[in-house]
Amino acid sequence: MTDYLLRAVEVRKYFAGVKALDGVTLEIRPGEVHCLAGENGCGKSTLIKIISGVYQRDSGTIEFDGKELTKITPISAIMNGIQVIYQDFSVFPNLTVMENLAINSQLVEKRKIVNWKNMRKIAEQAVARIDFKVDLDAQLGELSVAEKQMVAICRALMFNAKLIIMDEPTTALTKKEVKALFKVILQLKEQGISILFVSHKLDEVFEISERFTVFRSGKLIATGDTSELDNQKFTYYMTGREFEVKPFVPAKLTPEPLLEVEKLSLDGFYSDISFSVKGGEILGVTGLLDSGRTELALSLFGMRPVTGGKIKIRGKEVELKDPQTAIANKIGFVPEDRLSEGLFLDQSIGDNIAISVIDELTSRGLMDKARYQGEIDKWVKELSIATPDPGNAASTLSGGNQQRIVLAKWLACKPDVLILNGPTVGVDIGSKYDIHQILQKLAGNGMAVIIISDDLPEILENCSRVMVLKDGRMAGEFGTSEASEKMILDKMM
Amino acid sequence: MQNTIKKLFKRTETYIFLILLALSVLIQVRSGQFYTPNNIVDIMSAMIVPGLFAVGAFLVILSGGIDVSFPALASLTAYATTKMFLDMGYEGNVLLPILAAILIGGILGMINGFFVGYLELPAMIVTLGTSSVFKGFMQGTLESRQLAVIPAGMKSFGTSSLFTATNTQSGLSSRLPAAFLVLVLIVLIAFLILKYTMFGRGIYAIGGNEAAAYNAGFRVKRTKFLLYVFAGVVASIAGMIRVCMMQQCHPTNMLGMEMNIIAGVVLGGTVIGGGRGTLTGCILGTLLIVLVENSMILIGVPVVWKDVFVGLLIVIGTAISAYQVTRSGRSKGNRKQTEEVA
Repeated sequence: MTDYLLRAVEVRKYFAGVKALDGVTLEIRPGEVHCLAGENGCGKSTLIKIISGVYQRDSGTIEFDGKELTKITPISAIMNGIQVIYQDFSVFPNLTVMENLAINSQLVEKRKIVNWKNMRKIAEQAVARIDFKVDLDAQLGELSVAEKQMVAICRALMFNAKLIIMDEPTTALTKKEVKALFKVILQLKEQGISILFVSHKLDEVFEISERFTVFRSGKLIATGDTSELDNQKFTYYMTGREFEVKPFVPAKLTPEPLLEVEKLSLDGFYSDISFSVKGGEILGVTGLLDSGRTELALSLFGMRPVTGGKIKIRGKEVELKDPQTAIANKIGFVPEDRLSEGLFLDQSIGDNIAISVIDELTSRGLMDKARYQGEIDKWVKELSIATPDPGNAASTLSGGNQQRIVLAKWLACKPDVLILNGPTVGVDIGSKYDIHQILQKLAGNGMAVIIISDDLPEILENCSRVMVLKDGRMAGEFGTSEASEKMILDKMM
Repeated sequence: MQNTIKKLFKRTETYIFLILLALSVLIQVRSGQFYTPNNIVDIMSAMIVPGLFAVGAFLVILSGGIDVSFPALASLTAYATTKMFLDMGYEGNVLLPILAAILIGGILGMINGFFVGYLELPAMIVTLGTSSVFKGFMQGTLESRQLAVIPAGMKSFGTSSLFTATNTQSGLSSRLPAAFLVLVLIVLIAFLILKYTMFGRGIYAIGGNEAAAYNAGFRVKRTKFLLYVFAGVVASIAGMIRVCMMQQCHPTNMLGMEMNIIAGVVLGGTVIGGGRGTLTGCILGTLLIVLVENSMILIGVPVVWKDVFVGLLIVIGTAISAYQVTRSGRSKGNRKQTEEVA
């Protein structure tokens, strides 16, 4: 039998009577990269917090490095060599890089007095360990996300870390930064450190990890070698459902395009963009972060009015100078950042759905309660939004369900053209699949859909055509049936 | 060298210092009375009580909290202490009354600290509430009224001076109360705490990212609790000094000071959400407010307009620092974009 570095056995945790963890087991070997996967709310974050001492378990045993840990506090976890890199990195934006690096060790040593010279020495050693170049006196808040993450990793390495837990470390990183992160992870592995890599992105799991564990609804579903895993199995473990990926085939197209743009330009962002979308079609728009894709989407919804070119809707030229005109022209828009631009998080799910049609649900200036409720119930059912009560705040839902609310809000206005910017960013696999099905169904019913995304499989599976942007210009256009990821990437770069 | 200057101009303190300089020159030009020994000493003396309050308010804001109860806390402490020592017929020096005030102020600070730190209630609500309670307790239970006489020890501390400065032209002279040393001492202590103790770094850390501070192993609840106790102690010392300097105890005349004090702290570059700010900025900001409050008369602005000027100063000053924050945020965004291109 292999010795394990960490063995968490039959761990249970309840929150106000609700089971968050229902007897899960997680075993990690020394020096391995282990991937912990599962959809939102599956309990993986809860387990991490138990291992790192933020929460206390209700039952179960945790063994680390050969000894059983009875009560874990954040400090004792660190002393034992367990380090967590949280999604927000748990750093202090207002302090210098040096202090961010050194402050934990000062706390562990139970120092009362600060020794700045000593702190600088500690910080210098910490960055040297993974050869990370950074100005130690810079304020941490001024660094990029990837640099902040490196600071968090350096900090984690200082206490003879034996296990580093990374909670969805790639969420906010660009592809290049992910590569750099993986290089560091392999470096750490060589130094004999185990990594618990929490992610629900398939390609990352396959690329970096040797073994995996999947949780679903607080239960252990599967654990084993990543080499024995494939896409389908993994998805099944995560969701408990089998997905059949069938590429989108447009059913019947409207004879005339619903949206046509000619030589569209926005100074400094994109220029000379022409395309048209018929009802029943799904057009994919892809490109790098600075390709102008987001600005193009905003322009089509009137948020960044164009500086040149024509926009025609149903053959009629329109000027989209603000979102109100766009809505009046039956254009719907699902923004990139649904939390800040698409949702009233504290308001109820129902109110979020009804907001865009609130004018139609009133009679003589008063709200028609029955019709209001009817509208809400219809969309909750139609998009199968998982909530016990539409009166709950939108913030109580998972990412996938929140995205459904944003969709419902727009569908309630019955748009002809629906533009979605990154429709499944941060959404788990099951919901992602469902959202794709919904979009395909909408197109099937005659809507013109535009998906803006850098998730190439998403584009290839769901769009009938794809337009590639590079540096604000059209770099290529393909029918998705004959396109491959590589063809698109070549045009993007 | 150039780098240092560049860095200097990124800091709010530099701007506040320049504004202070400009204002003092203006007053000097208009009245010829600013750079006179007795005026400088007057301003130093006027800084004592607001300066002490500001240090306490600054530390609390730095931690991401807020305290609006310190004038009420100081009033209650000062009144209770003075009354108690009067009733005792106390004839000793000022040390014992100050110690008593520190004790009472610490206990009242514990009330704030308990609710904010251990029960994690919003600081604004808690201190608004305790402010009302302290005031009510003083006026109701203690039946406060103006005390025209204070114990002799307190009185002599209030009148004792470090030195006297005389304006040779006008013949006016002003003395610097010994209490000024207390301000210097408290500022020094606060500086040492912030820079050289883990408690002080904890205040910055909690203000920057409370969850991260907890994860890192800071004892967040205890730090907050102790912080409010410290703020209570500093405020009560300020209250006592005020009574000593005025030679009488007027229970309500400190009430309402909180807004200008907090404004001075924020004006000095302390971010109201916590985490960022320096003691230098806190003192300079407070000095600016004190200067405007005291010196408008010297440039011929009627006293009734004082509040308007203080208000304008606050709006303009905080708007400038808010603008700076958004501007630096924007340039950061731009930088990121160019990085992507590269």
